[in-house]
Amino acid sequence: MLPEVYNDFELCTGCKSCEIACAIEHSTSKDLFGAVFERQYPRKRIFVCAAAGQSIPLNCHHCEDAPCLHACPAGALYREENIVKHAGERCLGCGACQMACPFGVIARLPNSKVVAKCDGCPDRQTPACVDACPTGAVKFGDPSAMEHIRRQKIAQKLRVNL
Amino acid sequence: MCAKSVDKASLSMIEKAAADNVKLTWDRLEAQEPQCGFGKLGICCRNCNMGPCRIDPFGEGPQEGVCGAGADTIVMRNVLRAIASGAASHSDHGRGIAMTLHDSAKGMAKDYPIKDENKLKAIAGELGIAVAGKNADDIALEVTSILLEEFGCTKGHLDFVKRVPEKRRKLWSQLGITPRGIDREVVESMHRTHIGVDNDYVSLALQGLRTSLSDGWGGSTIATELSDVLFGTPKPVKGKSNLGVLQEDQVNIILHGHEPTLSDLIVHAAREPELLEMAKAKGAKGINVCGMCCTGNEILMRHGVPVAGNFLQQELAIVTGAVEAMVVDIQCIMPALPQIAGCYHTKVISTSSKAKFPGAEHIEMDEHNAFEVAKKIVRAAVENFDNRKPEKVNIPSETMEYMAGFSAEAILEALGGSLNPLIDAIKSGSIKGIAAIVGCNNPKYKQDHSHITFARQLIKEDVLVVGTGCAMIACAKNGLLLPEAAAGAGPGLKAVCESLGIPPVLHMGSCVDISRILYVAAAIANTLNADISDLPVVAAAPEWMSEKAVSIGVYAVASGIYTILGTVPPVLGSKRVTELLTEGAKDVVGATFAVEENPEKAAGLALQHIAQKRTALGI
Repeated sequence: MLPEVYNDFELCTGCKSCEIACAIEHSTSKDLFGAVFERQYPRKRIFVCAAAGQSIPLNCHHCEDAPCLHACPAGALYREENIVKHAGERCLGCGACQMACPFGVIARLPNSKVVAKCDGCPDRQTPACVDACPTGAVKFGDPSAMEHIRRQKIAQKLRVNL
Repeated sequence: MCAKSVDKASLSMIEKAAADNVKLTWDRLEAQEPQCGFGKLGICCRNCNMGPCRIDPFGEGPQEGVCGAGADTIVMRNVLRAIASGAASHSDHGRGIAMTLHDSAKGMAKDYPIKDENKLKAIAGELGIAVAGKNADDIALEVTSILLEEFGCTKGHLDFVKRVPEKRRKLWSQLGITPRGIDREVVESMHRTHIGVDNDYVSLALQGLRTSLSDGWGGSTIATELSDVLFGTPKPVKGKSNLGVLQEDQVNIILHGHEPTLSDLIVHAAREPELLEMAKAKGAKGINVCGMCCTGNEILMRHGVPVAGNFLQQELAIVTGAVEAMVVDIQCIMPALPQIAGCYHTKVISTSSKAKFPGAEHIEMDEHNAFEVAKKIVRAAVENFDNRKPEKVNIPSETMEYMAGFSAEAILEALGGSLNPLIDAIKSGSIKGIAAIVGCNNPKYKQDHSHITFARQLIKEDVLVVGTGCAMIACAKNGLLLPEAAAGAGPGLKAVCESLGIPPVLHMGSCVDISRILYVAAAIANTLNADISDLPVVAAAPEWMSEKAVSIGVYAVASGIYTILGTVPPVLGSKRVTELLTEGAKDVVGATFAVEENPEKAAGLALQHIAQKRTALGI
C-alpha cells in the first residue's frame, strides 16, 4: 500500500517545526536561510492549531472521496496515485475547495486567490513535515502499520483502565 | 553525510567510536536534525512566561509575541543575551586570574609566585601606579585592586580603553558605547532584555557593542595580562599537536577547558619524582600531560606542552582508550564526556566550583593549596593506569610540530623591538594585511576544513595570519604554525617569515588572548595615527559555535575590524537586524559582519576588504 500521512495528536508539542519545513519545501531555494529572503514568501500547507490546551497539526488527508476535488469547478484539483494535487495554472481562485475541505488546510498563495495545498512533497522520500517533527506526531507510513500503532496505543490505555 | 573532519586522526577515532558503539557529537547532531527553524532564525523568545513566542518568518502567522515584541526586538534581544553570556564567560575567567594574583600578592597562594615582574611593572605603569621602591607583591596588590575594581567600576570607563586609538575612543564616546564596568554591562544587558525594557533593536545593538567591548578591552584583556604576570609572558616555543601526542606506554593526562590556573601547576606536578616513581611502579614509562582547547593553548604557549586537539576532539581523545584522566575546568567541555568515559577507563575530573559534570569525579581547585590539588589529580590519573584496557587502546599516529607563543611582546621582539618593520612591510606590500582567525569547531561543518582553507588561501596572497583558540590548533595540526609553512606563502610574506624565522600563521594564545590581537591592532593604528578601521586587517571565525564567539565577533566589529563569520548566526529572522550587522554598522563603527560558509569565498571577501583598505590608505 502507498504510504499515508497520519497524525498522533497526543505527541504534538506545538513547536511548528512541520510548518516551517513545509514552507521551506515549497520555497524556491528549498533552504531556510534562502527562503526568508525570497521576494514572495513560500506558503505552508500544514497548520498547528490550538484547541482546548492541545496542539493539533492539521494537514491534507488526501481523502478518498475528496470534497475539494468535487467542489473545484475548473478541474484544477486531480488525483495522482494517492495524492490529491492542484494545478495552479488551472485554478480560478474561487475558493470553493477551501470551503469544501473538512480540515481547512487549503491555503492561498500570498496576495492571490490561487490556492496552495499539500502535494505530498513529490521531490522527497518522506514529506518535509514528517521529517521535521521531533516527536513523531506527524507520521508517514503504511496505513495498516499506522492502524496497528493506533490500536496498540488504545489497547494500552484500555489495559490501564481495566 | 559529508566527511566529518579533514583530520585523519579524528576520522579514525570516529570510526573506532562507531565500532565501540559510542555516540559522538556528530551522532547527536544527526538526532537533532532538522533543527528548529525558529531557533536558527533567532525568532523565538522565552524571556517571559507569557511565552514562549515565535514569529512566523514567512509573514503569514503572528508577527508579534504576546508582549508585542516583533522579530527585530526578539532577534536583537537574543543576540544581546548571547553577547552577555560570552562576555561574562571571558570576564569571569579574567576575574579568577585577578583574584589568584591578588591572593598570591597577599601571600595566600604560595604556589603562584609572580613569574613576570617586568610585565607587572609595565601594567602598573599603564594604570598610573608608581613602582619605584615597591616589591612585586605590593605592585601586584595595587594592580589587582585597580583591575578588580574594573568589574564594578564607578568611574565611568574601563582603564584599558586607554589603549584604543583616540579616533575610536571619540567615536565610542559619541555613540555612548564606551564600556563603563565589566559586570555592569553584562548586568545591564540582562536588564534590558527582560520583558518590557529595551525594545528598540538599534538601542539593544548599541548595548551589545558596549557589552562586548567590556569583554575585549576589559575582562579578556585582564585575563591575558595577569596570566602573563602569573605564568609568564609567552615566547616562541615548539611542541607537538594532534591525538598522536598521546603515549601508549605512559600515563596520559589531558587538561581541557580554558584556564591556566590549575593546569599550569599540573604540568609541574607531573614532573614530581614521587609521582613519576609511582607511575613507573605501575608499569608506565612516564606521565604525559597534554592540552586540549584553550587550557591546551594556555600551557602550550608557555611550556610547549603537546596539544591533543581542538573542540571536536575532546570526545575522540577518550575514544583512544589511552587517557587516564581528562581534567576539566570551565567552558566548552561537553557534558557527554563522563558518559563516553564510562565506555573506557578514563576518569573525567572536574575541578572548578563553577562547572560540575554528572558522572565526573570532582576534585576542587583551591588557589591557596593548588600544588597539592594538582598532585592529587596527577595521583588519581596514575592510579587509573591499572584500569586501562589494552584491547581498547588505539592511538592515531598523526602528530604535527608547531611553533607557538607569539604574545605581542614576542612579536615585538621578533621584529627587533618595534612594530615599524611590520608596518613597513605592510606599506611596501610585501605583507598585504593581517587576518585574525579565531574560534571554535562546529560539527555542522567539516572539522578544521574552513580554518585551514581560509588560512592557506590568505598566506598565499601575502596576508599575515594571526590567531587564537581552536582555529590555531587546527592550523597547528596542519603544519601551518611552522616556519617551513612559509613555503606556501606568497613571495612577500615568505621573505618576511624567512628573515625573521617565524611561521606565516602566528599562534597568539587562547580565546581570551584575542585581546593580544586587539592590542597589536591598536598599537599599529596608534603608530600610524589612524583608527583600527583604517587598517588592512580582517577577522574571521570560520567554524564558530559558542556565545563567547558572539561577544568576540561583536567587539572586533565595534573595534573597527571587518569580521567574517563562517557559520550562520541566528539573526536572519529580522531583516533589519541582519542589515544593521552586515551593512548599517559600517556607518556607525566603520566595520561590519559578513557571513560566508564557503572558506574560499570567505578568503575572497577578506582579500577584497584588505585591498580596499590599502587603496584608501594610499599604499
